[in-house]
Amino acid sequence: MLRAMDEKRFTVLDLLDLDLKEHDALELRCIGGRKGLGRVISAPDINRPGLALSGFFESFAYQRVQLIGHGEAAYLHLLAAEGREEGVSRIFSFPIPCFIFANGEAPAPMFANAAEAANCPILLSDLPSTELSSRLMRVLTNVFAPRTSVHGVLVEVYGIGILLTGESGVGKSETALELIERGHRLVADDVVEIRCISGNILMGSGANKVIGHHMEIRGLGIINVTHLFGVGAIRDKKQIQLVCSLEEWDASKVYDRIGTEEKTMDILGVHVPQLDIPVKPGRNIPIIVETAAMNERLKKMGYHSAKEFNQNILRWLESENARAVYFGRDDSI
Amino acid sequence: MIERMTVIKNRAGIHARPAALIVQTASKFKSKISLQKGDDRINAKSIMGIITLGAGFDTEILIIADGEDEADAAEAIDRLFKNRFEEE
Repeated sequence: MLRAMDEKRFTVLDLLDLDLKEHDALELRCIGGRKGLGRVISAPDINRPGLALSGFFESFAYQRVQLIGHGEAAYLHLLAAEGREEGVSRIFSFPIPCFIFANGEAPAPMFANAAEAANCPILLSDLPSTELSSRLMRVLTNVFAPRTSVHGVLVEVYGIGILLTGESGVGKSETALELIERGHRLVADDVVEIRCISGNILMGSGANKVIGHHMEIRGLGIINVTHLFGVGAIRDKKQIQLVCSLEEWDASKVYDRIGTEEKTMDILGVHVPQLDIPVKPGRNIPIIVETAAMNERLKKMGYHSAKEFNQNILRWLESENARAVYFGRDDSI
Repeated sequence: MIERMTVIKNRAGIHARPAALIVQTASKFKSKISLQKGDDRINAKSIMGIITLGAGFDTEILIIADGEDEADAAEAIDRLFKNRFEEE
């Protein structure tokens, strides 16, 4: 079983640095308290600090990212106009990771100065607060998702994310290369980073953007898959739906000949269907993997080839038995 | 299982050539050999894995060998690091 690795410390600066696109983009920029950008975000939740700003600090979730929307921003302006700064100065006595102002509304100067003095970063986003909070939750859930990395190749075949595993030299990369050549896609070669999202989805991606989508092929060296096969041959991340474990053909081992038994691999507590595929010269592994992907799709659509086959045989045997009652075991009589 | 801490002493860190050297050496042994930097642990018989570590100058690397020839394997890998991968 693969367990989660220790999570690295995730700082406010890391949050700003995340390369997020389209519906994940947070559009954050830092407008104050830069010295505190190294503060660690330790919880994947956000807090609306309305109560704390009004002076009620019981159960104040100070360890979370503090999100300030229209209401809170208006209240801060009121406090500033009335010269009531004690609530604000008290909130900065807590080790808050950062404040995020939504709707592009910059804080009142009184608040900005207090944050600067406390080295507490202030981030600003042009997104409306409801949208920003749902995106933040999604992003932070991904960041704090349990993760692990495995030695293997992740490819997308007919829409199914397949993790090819096996010892060095068994032919994982060569199999992936042939699959790419046949029009499928490479997600990551050699080191696959896996995150468990919302408890049941395993999202696999390359460990490193800089060297992503390169492969090492014995005899050729390192090749750039994007340049050789085009952007259509790659993708950044893909859910892992099937594990194909390649291994040297072992004559003493019993391989599944029917396919009704279902073996699974435990990755971060999620059970993924696993096939053990023996490799020996003359066996065309890419085509076997391709067929496995199509078979997996059939299963997801509710059609299980091996089980269906067995059902048909059982039904046929039963009808033979039924006929035997009328005609007798021996047809000649 | 044997574990040994070592430090990268060549200025350029582990780029493609040192990675190839490590893989070449590791592949001579039957043991399962891994390198670990921080929380990231990778298979020392895979070039892309080693490069993925992004191990620069003065980084601490833990060598982990497990198998019948683990002592020799760890020693051989460690010697590569100590010899600065025959660079400089």
